[in-house]
Amino acid sequence: MTAMGHDAPAGDLRLADLTKRFGAFTAVDDLSLTIPQGSFFALLGASGCGKTTTLRMIAGLEEPTSGQVLLGDRDIARLRPYKRPVNTVFQSYALFPHLDIAENVAFGLRRRGIRKVDDQVQRMLSLVQLDGYGRRRPAQLSGGQQQRVALARALINHPQVLLLDEPLGALDLKLRRQMQIELKRIQTEVGITFVHVTHDQEEAMTMADTVAVMNAGRIEQLGAPADIYEFPATAFVANFLGQSNLLAGEAAGSAGREVPVSAHGGRFSVPAGRARADRGPVYLGVRPEKLHLAGSADQVPSGHQHVDGVVTDASYVGVSTQYLLRTSWGSELSVFVANSGTHGQVPVGTRAVAYWDPRHAFLLRREPGEDDRTTPVLDEPVGASS
Amino acid sequence: MTALAHVPTGQSTASSPPPAARSGRYRFLPYLLLLPGAAWLFLFFALPLLQLAAASLYDPTGSLATGYAMTWAFSNYPEALQAYWPQFSRSFLYAGIALVLALLMGYPLAYAIAQKAGRWKNLLLVCVVAPMFTSFLVRTLAWKTILSDNGWVVGLLRDIHLLGPDGRLLATPVAVILGLTYNFLPFLVLPLYASLERLDYRLLEAASDLYASPVQTFRKVTLPLSMPGLIAGTLLFFIPATGDYINAELLGTPNEYMIGNVIDSAFLVRLDYPQGAALSFLLMAAILAVVFVYLRKAGTDEVL
Repeated sequence: MTAMGHDAPAGDLRLADLTKRFGAFTAVDDLSLTIPQGSFFALLGASGCGKTTTLRMIAGLEEPTSGQVLLGDRDIARLRPYKRPVNTVFQSYALFPHLDIAENVAFGLRRRGIRKVDDQVQRMLSLVQLDGYGRRRPAQLSGGQQQRVALARALINHPQVLLLDEPLGALDLKLRRQMQIELKRIQTEVGITFVHVTHDQEEAMTMADTVAVMNAGRIEQLGAPADIYEFPATAFVANFLGQSNLLAGEAAGSAGREVPVSAHGGRFSVPAGRARADRGPVYLGVRPEKLHLAGSADQVPSGHQHVDGVVTDASYVGVSTQYLLRTSWGSELSVFVANSGTHGQVPVGTRAVAYWDPRHAFLLRREPGEDDRTTPVLDEPVGASS
Repeated sequence: MTALAHVPTGQSTASSPPPAARSGRYRFLPYLLLLPGAAWLFLFFALPLLQLAAASLYDPTGSLATGYAMTWAFSNYPEALQAYWPQFSRSFLYAGIALVLALLMGYPLAYAIAQKAGRWKNLLLVCVVAPMFTSFLVRTLAWKTILSDNGWVVGLLRDIHLLGPDGRLLATPVAVILGLTYNFLPFLVLPLYASLERLDYRLLEAASDLYASPVQTFRKVTLPLSMPGLIAGTLLFFIPATGDYINAELLGTPNEYMIGNVIDSAFLVRLDYPQGAALSFLLMAAILAVVFVYLRKAGTDEVL
């Protein structure tokens, strides 16, 4: 696909102080971010967090209350959608039911007065592996095929930015995984900036170079998937992107390269470089797969820190076993143990110790009065009570 | 039924007759259900139509008093057409103009109700249908009052010099066409509304995202997708409007008479049954021809 050139000098996509209010409700709250040209960018968040509204403002389907959408140096925030070098793959695909696949794909070219479209349509259909489907109607295609038509219909226009609004949401799991790889391949091939909106954290992490986690109209954290996962910035991110065990504690400033934390009567420490806050109420966070189980405290390797408890639940999920460990103060910790064959199963009801390497822990700011958050937060940011 | 699959081989499946018996017993049910409607149609449509066809070929010199003789007088047709072609062509002209006016009003109306009305949708629909709660005749008589020479409409038009000091609306082609437009508008709006209501606004967003201006979006997406409703609506409007005689009778003069008025008088005033019947068949044939051409032009599989 080297023939695919850019029609106009592209540039980074920048959102500057972008705000959208619907009546009294602020959907997008003073959002600023830069999406480098050619990157695969994911906006991740629960439903209602403002991610789709942000996307629609970039597309021109929603007018910002204030702020700018800059493409290169040009503010496109007030351009009509059909004047923007931006195309969208809609969640519902929105294929034109009265046109065949070839005409659906050619739609954008024809509207710009391009008459010879056949070659380009053929090339696009083979890019999305739908050769020979040109004469069919959208209704005759499966969901996955329709999704690829929607992609081809957008990509054929060589937009400077391609927007994807939960494009894989309607597909079943297996097809979704397949399309994730496919989308990533196509993005690398065409080199267009992809902005992908999704609520599926795994999807965001698999595909995107950069992930922005949104919550209540704001960006909570932005960065490479691994960086966000290993060192989340807020309690929301820690539990939205994967699961975290968050223990409510108090910190009293860093002591050298360590930040000492007291929590539930125990004393712990976290390297200063992994502390988002080092004074006052904090959360001590450890990912479930970073916790290990041992029979008693004297089996814990040196340099590790631990918490005592009783195993209350064990879910065998194939690659790992997921344990719940009830601590002496009543919270439940999530512990994932890989089924690598070196450990036997720990029966429910046994006393056990969960331990971790302090370099895997992280420290987050906590609002005073908030308690442990140790149960997985699935969709909505609900504070778990213990 | 799945139990059949487990019948061991060698054992006859004929020993499980229920499915076969069921289809046998109920095989004639659909036809039975059709019977009342078919009988009605035969008695009150097919037979009278045949009677009418026969009447159109009766000896034109007969009368109700002396009786009609069947003389296969095909000459009734060219004679009727020759005598009344002005009314004939006027019917199509008036109905055609009324259709254009109704489309100009009805399409935006149906679109607004279907896509933009929000919570007012049902109220607006009731408003479209409400006039149908009174009789066609009463509504047309009301127009007679509205358009009368000393009514406010004529007064206003005279004041702003759109009408001369002696200008009038009643008893002019304008009044007849306005009456036709008004009376048949709901028949156009309702089917159009039904197909515009199904139109997915996300398709319009997609078109806009794919460089289609609002005009192009209308031409390439909205219009093609509303074609089924548009075709049904125009037919439901045009067919009765062409055959209508009430509007010309009440709002016009004999100079505005349409073919319906002629047929009416042939049967009820002049008692010239052969001519009335011949004109009825001519009207039916002409409408069928127009509809056929229209469907061939508009009703490709692109839209239906």
